[in-house]
Amino acid sequence: MSHPKTIVEKIWDQHVVHEEEGKPNLLYIDLHLIHEVTSPQAFEGLRMAGRKVRRPDRTYATMDHNVPTIHRNIIKDEVSKKQMETLKTNCEEFGVRLADINHPDQGIVHVIGPELGLTQPGKTIVCGDSHTSTHGAFGALAFGIGTSEVEHVLATQSLWQAPPKTLQVNVDGVLGTGVTAKDLILAIIGKYGVRFGTGHVIEYTGEAVRNLSMEERMTVCNMSIEAGARAGLISPDATTIDYMRGKRYVPEGKDFDEAAEQWLALASDEGAEYDQTLTIHADEIEPQVTWGTNPSQCVPVGGRVPDPDSIEEDRDGIERAIEYMGLEANQSIESIPVEHVFIGSCTNSRLSDLRKAAEIVRGGRVHEGVRALVVPGSKSVKDAAEAEGLDTIFLTAGFEWRDAGCSMCLAMNDDIVPPGERCASTSNRNFEGRQGNGARTHLVSPEMAAAAALEGHFVDVRKYASTVGG
Amino acid sequence: MEPIKQHRGLVYPLDRSNVDTDQIIPKQFLKRIERQGFGQFLFYNWRFNEDGTLREDFSLNDPKYDGASVLVGGENFGCGSSREHAPWAIQDYGFKVVIAPSFADIFYNNCFKNGILPIQLPKPVVDQLMEKATKEKYEVKVDLEKQIIDDGDLEVSFDIQSYHKEMLLNGWDEIAVTLTYEDKIDQYEKQNKGVKTLGIS
Repeated sequence: MSHPKTIVEKIWDQHVVHEEEGKPNLLYIDLHLIHEVTSPQAFEGLRMAGRKVRRPDRTYATMDHNVPTIHRNIIKDEVSKKQMETLKTNCEEFGVRLADINHPDQGIVHVIGPELGLTQPGKTIVCGDSHTSTHGAFGALAFGIGTSEVEHVLATQSLWQAPPKTLQVNVDGVLGTGVTAKDLILAIIGKYGVRFGTGHVIEYTGEAVRNLSMEERMTVCNMSIEAGARAGLISPDATTIDYMRGKRYVPEGKDFDEAAEQWLALASDEGAEYDQTLTIHADEIEPQVTWGTNPSQCVPVGGRVPDPDSIEEDRDGIERAIEYMGLEANQSIESIPVEHVFIGSCTNSRLSDLRKAAEIVRGGRVHEGVRALVVPGSKSVKDAAEAEGLDTIFLTAGFEWRDAGCSMCLAMNDDIVPPGERCASTSNRNFEGRQGNGARTHLVSPEMAAAAALEGHFVDVRKYASTVGG
Repeated sequence: MEPIKQHRGLVYPLDRSNVDTDQIIPKQFLKRIERQGFGQFLFYNWRFNEDGTLREDFSLNDPKYDGASVLVGGENFGCGSSREHAPWAIQDYGFKVVIAPSFADIFYNNCFKNGILPIQLPKPVVDQLMEKATKEKYEVKVDLEKQIIDDGDLEVSFDIQSYHKEMLLNGWDEIAVTLTYEDKIDQYEKQNKGVKTLGIS
């Protein structure tokens, strides 16, 4: 028998088109997802060289970054409008399927891929978007690429890639009540930093990971890039198979059973070796809040902003972050007031995220002076949430209930946090200016964001003990 | 793509770690559908005040770095978003070489597609370059063929994958190269290797 293999080795071996000494491998790409921001120059490149899209049937486009989440068809920004129109023209010209702004399948590209069953275990998936790592939740090898590579994949359905190193992040034990997948990934990045994954593909393993639902797994894999890893994945198991069944682009009947068998066989073998292994204990993790300007700058909600004087490494960076965030050293996290709350993004905008936030919100009232937005990840998440009355819970409490898109995660549309103002956000990046020039972002789980909306400042969501699930 | 063989230029030191692509080019400038013209938006929020005037507290605005073409940065340079607008902005501003102790993977890859040479060097060496460039007008010569950086006093060698090196030296169109392997791709698709999946249509 050959040596035990990781899932990464198995997927890699199945996708090598060509290998030769002194070159990366030519790797086949099964699924190419497209959005309006990183594709126009790629299509233009094809046009100028007289090339076509090799496999339109393996390519799927949507509009998410620029789209308005209110007054859907009034796009005031002419440049945004042109970018969306360009995607439409390009998709028509090159025969690529597009879920445009009014299409029932429209949504954030990393929400709709899984929803439609385009995302499947064992696939190689790319998109001109760093959060493509999300799809790794299914045991797919999924990573973000630049626009030149988008053009390369459109033309050749392949990429030159050196085999990555593998890094196992093993999470043993069980997450406590009120502690979420978001807290888990923030705690991992908080502990090991924003570049421990560089040059690696992360595989998340262990009891706490096995216990996560598919939507929770997507939250974890989504933020692999914030640890420096282009891809992060989880071996398929019964949870994966259950999720896949019945999705639109997934085979049915006997074909499904066959596929399921192959998917389960992709799981890393017992005894497979990783280049590196890190361990974290789930039962030590508490709800997290970021205080700084990168995702590793986070502490438990009961904690305090660090004191740069007591820290050796990157003291200047920490001082600059505290200053940008308008905080003080040693300030307690719970004392930080919020003016905006954003529940959405490819990290936390799926139905289960909205359900959990709604459980906190039910019967409550958004605190005076707080503007709170819920932006479902896709049209279909929005419809499903409305069918079970979540919109009413949010609206009654004083939240705004919007249409699907990336929205305030990166503020490319009109959903912007003004300079100097503070936002509790369920998104993935707290970089300077991410949610608007001068905006101050604190990353949290949907439950923590909901609680902050009601209280007007950060609060330990576990105090809502009767409503937070295990 | 324009080939790079040798380059001599003024060094600009940016002594910050984790410089993310949102800082290199903020999102409001990602809406254009062209590849050119992004240099004016490079480090926009650091270079400009709200009213569009220059921020004096940002070093790139110091006239002593006018015409700089070698950027020396901190750890994890180019982290975050995959936006190729980041290397487009760096290149369009006039930088040809970026040196750092570590790079984010996607940014690093994107550089090679745009005729920018990213060079990873040990942190103590980068610190040395940073210090020299902060003190005075500091020029280096970068020789990609020999894989050497030389300032007339200090000579440092650097590593680069041969594939990346050849790509920059020749200014290749990577797609044209890959299309010479088209028969291999055809063959792969015929063999239907890998997990059985349904196409979209």
